[in-house]
Amino acid sequence: MFELFAFGDTGWGDEILRGLAVTVQLAIVTLPLGLALGFVVASASMSKLRALRFMGVGYTTVMRGLPEILTLFVVYNGVGLLLNIVMQKLNPEAPPSDFSPFAAGVIALGMVVGAFAAEVLRGAFQSLDRGQIEAGRAVGMTEGQIFRRIKLPQVWRFALPGLGNLWINMLKDTALVSVIALDDLMRMTKVAVGVTKKPFTFYLAACLLYWAMCVFSEVVLARMERHASRGVRRAS
Amino acid sequence: MNPIDILSTYWPRLLDGTLMTIKLTLMGALIAAVVSPGLALIRTQAGPLVQAPLRLYVSFVRGTPILAQLFLIFYGSGQFRPLLQEWGLWGFFRDPFNCALLTFALNSTAYQTEILRGGILGVPSGEIEAAKAIGMTRAKTMQRVIFPHAYRIAWPALGNEVILLMKASALASVVTVFDLMGRTRQVFSKTFDFSVYLWAALIYLCITAIFVIVWRQAEHRLSRHLNPNAWERSKDKSLKATQS
Amino acid sequence: MTQAEIILQAEDIHKSFGSFEVLKGISLEARNHDVISILGSSGSGKSTLLRCLNFLEIPTSGKVSVHGQQIQVKNGKPGNPRQIEGLRTRLGMVFQQFNLWTHRTALENVMEGPIQVKRESRSEARDKAEALLARVGLADRMHMYPTQLSGGQQQRVAIARALAMEPDAILFDEPTSALDPELVGEVLKVMQDLAAEGRTMIVVTHEMGFAREVSSEVIFLHQGRIAEQGPPDEIFTHPRNEVFERFIANTR
Repeated sequence: MFELFAFGDTGWGDEILRGLAVTVQLAIVTLPLGLALGFVVASASMSKLRALRFMGVGYTTVMRGLPEILTLFVVYNGVGLLLNIVMQKLNPEAPPSDFSPFAAGVIALGMVVGAFAAEVLRGAFQSLDRGQIEAGRAVGMTEGQIFRRIKLPQVWRFALPGLGNLWINMLKDTALVSVIALDDLMRMTKVAVGVTKKPFTFYLAACLLYWAMCVFSEVVLARMERHASRGVRRAS
Repeated sequence: MNPIDILSTYWPRLLDGTLMTIKLTLMGALIAAVVSPGLALIRTQAGPLVQAPLRLYVSFVRGTPILAQLFLIFYGSGQFRPLLQEWGLWGFFRDPFNCALLTFALNSTAYQTEILRGGILGVPSGEIEAAKAIGMTRAKTMQRVIFPHAYRIAWPALGNEVILLMKASALASVVTVFDLMGRTRQVFSKTFDFSVYLWAALIYLCITAIFVIVWRQAEHRLSRHLNPNAWERSKDKSLKATQS
Repeated sequence: MTQAEIILQAEDIHKSFGSFEVLKGISLEARNHDVISILGSSGSGKSTLLRCLNFLEIPTSGKVSVHGQQIQVKNGKPGNPRQIEGLRTRLGMVFQQFNLWTHRTALENVMEGPIQVKRESRSEARDKAEALLARVGLADRMHMYPTQLSGGQQQRVAIARALAMEPDAILFDEPTSALDPELVGEVLKVMQDLAAEGRTMIVVTHEMGFAREVSSEVIFLHQGRIAEQGPPDEIFTHPRNEVFERFIANTR
């Protein structure tokens, strides 16, 4: 059975690993974009302006209520259509161009992560101790200093468990991009299945790889959480 | 076509898909709801050896994409076709709906088990002691004190889980089940009209919104002992509303 | 005066948590109509002792019998759970934190045991519960949930809940310690009435007044042993044990 997973021409080991690399790349590229969007949306939904608040809250509500795969198709087909219309306008002779599935994956997953991250971050900002912020003002810190020196380090601690969960969910959601033909782990597995006719063996292998990544992430996150909450007494 | 035309032409398909989505979600959630209390009890009471396979199962479900789980069951079962035919199970696994339902039920069972376990662990120990002190058996204590409390505690999380399951049910479309997502893709591939996705999004949001309202109502009812005055007030109000 | 019959008897109760021995062989006996107050500083093991009597805490070794029905424990292993459940139905318990079931009204809390454990009919249990709640002064609060009641009211419901089982004896685990000072009186009053009625009670308490005036016997625990024991007027006026002497001097 192991020859099925051999490297080179005889087995599918290298193809699957290449798929795994695409999956990891996708997740790693998406994370900062999603977090940045999350910050923007979180600040919007905590804004003093009603319109901004409405937009922020509306965005998180809508995005969290939609199936991720729907978002992916909306982005892939929608942006694809839009792109073609624009290209046609610019250069009527150009052949219809395809929207890159990788970019679609990053945008769609980033939009989803952004919505969930916004909720996590908002919760974290709201659980900050007001007394410590006042103490910052009392020693004459500027609002910027308070944000960087007091709020951020603590928001990080409050938000880390939630963001860790998001990372793991996003890692799993990357599997969806196989549906729009990006050669990620899931799709390379599918290709291998098509040739070998061993669906259970290969999908189980894919599952085990995802599982390993998630368990590894959990271990790393647990470490980060411990590090982030140093100096904070654990309630027993 | 403009968006209204899409809806007026294809609404029967979208309605059909919506019903399928609701059916998949509710059936999956219900099967899990029947199985998970027993598993949650094992997770809180049994020895580590009995728990080990359960923990492995939960960890596997949490650590792998539902899409991969679905493929493992739907396509993977094909690898055992002769065996399954011999056992008379092939008919079950050949049907994508069955496989999707099985996947979602297995998935939701794992999550619901962990949620309920948290609920059981959150029951105030004093109230369990009070039940013991009047001589209640373990089974009675479960039934009268622990589970009523545990469900109250777990209720919001269980509601979230059902919503997550509803969203996940859209994956069934990938194995050719015609749920709302499947119908939507079908219509799009026919018309290349983008607005059908927006209608689908709207329908998904409506399902979620209605579910959230129903669930909150039930939560309100479940926790009337925590805020009885508000409960009485709302009851009076609805009474008045029905009278007038 | 002939001696009343023995209701509850505990013999040589030992209890260890890990390597720490909390109870080092305690025996006590409660006869019909006895009101026994158990005193002791915190950590003396008094609550543990009480909880060993109805096996909420399983003693490491020892024997408890209620009305002649006995359960013996060796090496921390009690007999079958049925026996323990049977014993518990005959001993009421009132907790420091009341431990009312928050998802049930006062009335439902009191009715729960008779219906679920003693299999009494609903109407019977209801009549009894209503009467008991009236007796503890809560006739007008029957349909309220615990969160709507004050601590003193909750504790009185808890007492009614214990009484509804028609127990042979009632155990009180610091019943007034969690109450605001102004609410202590109403609970003590109910307990005093129960004592006057001839109920058999074992009370772990810090209320010196109650120990002195209401109880028929006082037991003072120190470091897991009984350091002083006797009728209150005797031992409060002539303490033989030095630690107990200091204890009453400090709490006066």
